[in-house]
Amino acid sequence: MHKFLASSWTKACLFLLCLGPLAAIIWPFVGGHTIPNPLEFIQHATGDWTLRFLVFTLAVTPLRQLLRLPELIRFRRMLGLYAFFYACLHFTTYLWFDKLFDVREIWKDVYKRPFITVGFLAFTLLIPLAITSTAGWIRRLGGRRWRILHRAMYISAICGVIHYYWQVKSAVIRPLLYAALVGLLLAWRAADWLLRRRRTALANALPQRAPIDASR
Amino acid sequence: MLLRKSMRLTSADVTPKSVYLDRRKFLRGIGLASVAAVAGKSLFELVIPQQSVLAGTKLTTIKGPFSTDEKINSFNDVTHYNNFYEFGVDKDQPAKNAQKFVTSPWTVSVGGEVKNSRKFTMDEILKLAPLEERIYRHRCVEGWSIVVPWIGFSFSALAKLVEPTPKARYVAFESYYDPGQMPLGKYAGIQLPYVEGLRLDEAMHPLTLLCVGMYGETLPNQDGAPVRLVVPWKYGFKSAKSLVRIRFVKDQPPTTWNLANSHEYGFYSNVNPDVDHPRWSQARERRLPGLFKSHKTLMFNGYDQVASLYAGMDLRKNY
Repeated sequence: MHKFLASSWTKACLFLLCLGPLAAIIWPFVGGHTIPNPLEFIQHATGDWTLRFLVFTLAVTPLRQLLRLPELIRFRRMLGLYAFFYACLHFTTYLWFDKLFDVREIWKDVYKRPFITVGFLAFTLLIPLAITSTAGWIRRLGGRRWRILHRAMYISAICGVIHYYWQVKSAVIRPLLYAALVGLLLAWRAADWLLRRRRTALANALPQRAPIDASR
Repeated sequence: MLLRKSMRLTSADVTPKSVYLDRRKFLRGIGLASVAAVAGKSLFELVIPQQSVLAGTKLTTIKGPFSTDEKINSFNDVTHYNNFYEFGVDKDQPAKNAQKFVTSPWTVSVGGEVKNSRKFTMDEILKLAPLEERIYRHRCVEGWSIVVPWIGFSFSALAKLVEPTPKARYVAFESYYDPGQMPLGKYAGIQLPYVEGLRLDEAMHPLTLLCVGMYGETLPNQDGAPVRLVVPWKYGFKSAKSLVRIRFVKDQPPTTWNLANSHEYGFYSNVNPDVDHPRWSQARERRLPGLFKSHKTLMFNGYDQVASLYAGMDLRKNY
């Protein structure tokens, strides 16, 4: 398993696999199928896949630790960038087909409609993360600062889920499912952080307590 | 660019329904021949669930008034892109899940504040008045629109038979709901059975259509078989499908989407480009299967003859 995950072939295959959704979106148009509302189809598919890739990206760290597969880190950047890729497509459909690049109309939407506002925020937060995803930027920022910056991912995922929840008319089951997944992945991080803090606190406290116990 | 080109269709590109169904029959035939030498159509349908629309019964119609000369949408669009939450919340779900929906025998009970409350069988409804073909624009609250050749007659023809009393001021329309036949209904997120309502004068307006068919045939299940309402100047959700109960009442009846979210879906819900849905603008619409919101939405969906019904009313407040 470790060898499989470390192989560059695995990474190349995953790269192609992540293009699958794009192929599935393009296929009906090339294949001559009739889609009554093509725009809605593209918009929903790109939105769904953005959320899915955000969840995949957030799942990498917990899975690495739970499954004891540290090699999984090799795929995290790629998954994150794919989330950004599908988010770009999603945002473009809105900009182009819905708003016809009318900047004034777009600002009105962002300002007036909470569901657009959070979606816009979720997308813009991903931009700096995509830019600073290179090794050069990690070096320039320093690991600690880079990690803090990339916690914006959590906010982006939360905003993305809210965007979905506010978008649907009544059937909230699917958005709630994403909310549960993102919630679980973030809760895992919070629990991990608390445990670590307690462990270090304990480790610091133990040598002091030991002599007292011994004296009893 | 390939993508845009493939979507630019004209009416000449629309496959006639007979050809569309024949092609399927033809393919079915090939499949059958390879599987077994002799097999009936019914056997085939048992083995492979139908994805296509069951062919309806042909209806004889006369040309009705109020028809638009705009390009009619393809039969495929109108039967594979449906909001019918009883059969699932995705637009492609009703086409699949409503196939086995039993719509015969069917009765519609009409009562409330009327002199002759009674039940109508489907046969009685079909013979109640001459069937007209009316090509209406259909605007969904979600921002898309289609043009459909409906078949039916003015709802007022039925109303006159039951004779509403002076107490009747509103009409409530209730859709069929059977959790057994509509197992996805419980995930719809809206209260079922679906109930819609009109003011009596709206219901009696000649444009308000009691609809029994489209494209020259009886209604496909996913489009609200066997009988539905079509109110062309209001957002689509006001036109309740698969009607089983019609009641003339004194007070404004509670309506499904209004109960679900009164802030977004008002009782009137007239098509109005100046009153935004809280989450999106209603100024423009996407005429399917187009990609762009290139059509300007018209007040009352272009049916100006209903404007007098709302004289003196603030339509921003009564959205």
